Amino acid sequence: MSNEQLVHPELAAVQVEEESGDLSRSEVILKGALAAGAVYGTLMVGPFVRKAFAMTGSSDVDIVNFALTLEYLESTFYAEAKKRAGAKGDLKQLIELIGKDEDQHVEALAGTVKKLGGKPVAKPKFDFEYDDTAGFLKLAQTFEDTGVSAYNGAGPMIEEKTVLEAAGSIVQVEARHAAAIRLQNKEEPAPEAFDMALTEAQVLKAVEPFIAS
Amino acid sequence: MAEGTEEKRDGAPRSALERVASDPVSRRRFVALTGGSAALGAVLAACGSGGDSTATTTTTSTAGEKMGGAGDSETEQFGKGDVGILNYALTLEYLETAFYEDVIESGLFKGAELATIKKFGSEEAQHVAALHATVKKLGGKPAPMPKTEFPLKSAKSVLELAGTVENLGAAAYLGQAANIESPEVLAAALSIHSVEGRHAAALNTLLGQPITPDGAFAVPADAKTVLESVEPFIVG
Repeated sequence: MSNEQLVHPELAAVQVEEESGDLSRSEVILKGALAAGAVYGTLMVGPFVRKAFAMTGSSDVDIVNFALTLEYLESTFYAEAKKRAGAKGDLKQLIELIGKDEDQHVEALAGTVKKLGGKPVAKPKFDFEYDDTAGFLKLAQTFEDTGVSAYNGAGPMIEEKTVLEAAGSIVQVEARHAAAIRLQNKEEPAPEAFDMALTEAQVLKAVEPFIAS
Repeated sequence: MAEGTEEKRDGAPRSALERVASDPVSRRRFVALTGGSAALGAVLAACGSGGDSTATTTTTSTAGEKMGGAGDSETEQFGKGDVGILNYALTLEYLETAFYEDVIESGLFKGAELATIKKFGSEEAQHVAALHATVKKLGGKPAPMPKTEFPLKSAKSVLELAGTVENLGAAAYLGQAANIESPEVLAAALSIHSVEGRHAAALNTLLGQPITPDGAFAVPADAKTVLESVEPFIVG
């Protein structure tokens, strides 16, 4: 039931290394699903991602701060969308709901960083380019799907049980957002049986164009 | 039954966050990255092609065993440690797969709704295959497929039941995540967990219910609660 199309076409740019391997795309997706980030990267992907995982001395503070950056992005994105996405009806309500969830994720993660004795990262400035509702929805789908894969990739590196539990409860909500946004886009809410995991480097590459400073 | 996962609405995740500071026990170190990766690679190679001889040398669970860990004792009836958790998940996935098969056969749905049900059913079947294979690779004995029976009266009641089952499934995975010892098994569980969350949200949308019934933080369900909830559907 594996799709021939890329599930995350927007992420194609950061998936280059996989394509260059011996495995077909669908095999990579299937195995990536089972394996998730770490393994998937180091075994099949080669030097690029192996380098990314050399960073996995990452402490929980690093991981939570990384998640916080993504949540800042989403929270800002939906706050702006209330004014400029041109949404009506169900979609308008959905934007309100998701925006509130993302705000709470920001608050919770910033609090977690502090409790772990770290310093929460500063909120970056973002720049989201879209002109209409369709443009907004396309970006929303990218961010939500990327968010799911980011948490799934980071999960196995989290040391503290309580941090993992918190991340798990957030990622499920991101997945729910992703499904709802996909339905708005008339796309499969759950395109694959296994959500892929992305490394921190892959996620950064995907969201970098939207970070202005 | 749906209420079972909703009553704790604001409880668990918050307290989980609050417990962060007070729980000094470091869960696991992901340092043995290369070793862990190789082991999982073996698991995967075996899952995929079945032909790789290195697959039999997998030591995926080694790191986990050293760490010990307080599991959810309710899953122990399915096996020790990660095998027990995987078999518990496998049992739930068998149940979901059987449910969707019955629903498809019932003829209650057509068109777009039937397509969604088929898609979700096929994904649950892939979860079954993956979990079954993972249990075997860990040297465990996969849990048997339970005999199931579901009330399939009307399209509406079936969709409601589907919503309940998927929300419960997502909560069940979330309830086990922190009990899993092996980072590789955790990675696999996470990649399934979020798909269950997607299914739940899609069904909630169809039903006109909130996509995030627990609010911004999904609430986990322990194995005891989950097993009691699905018991009425297991006939042998």
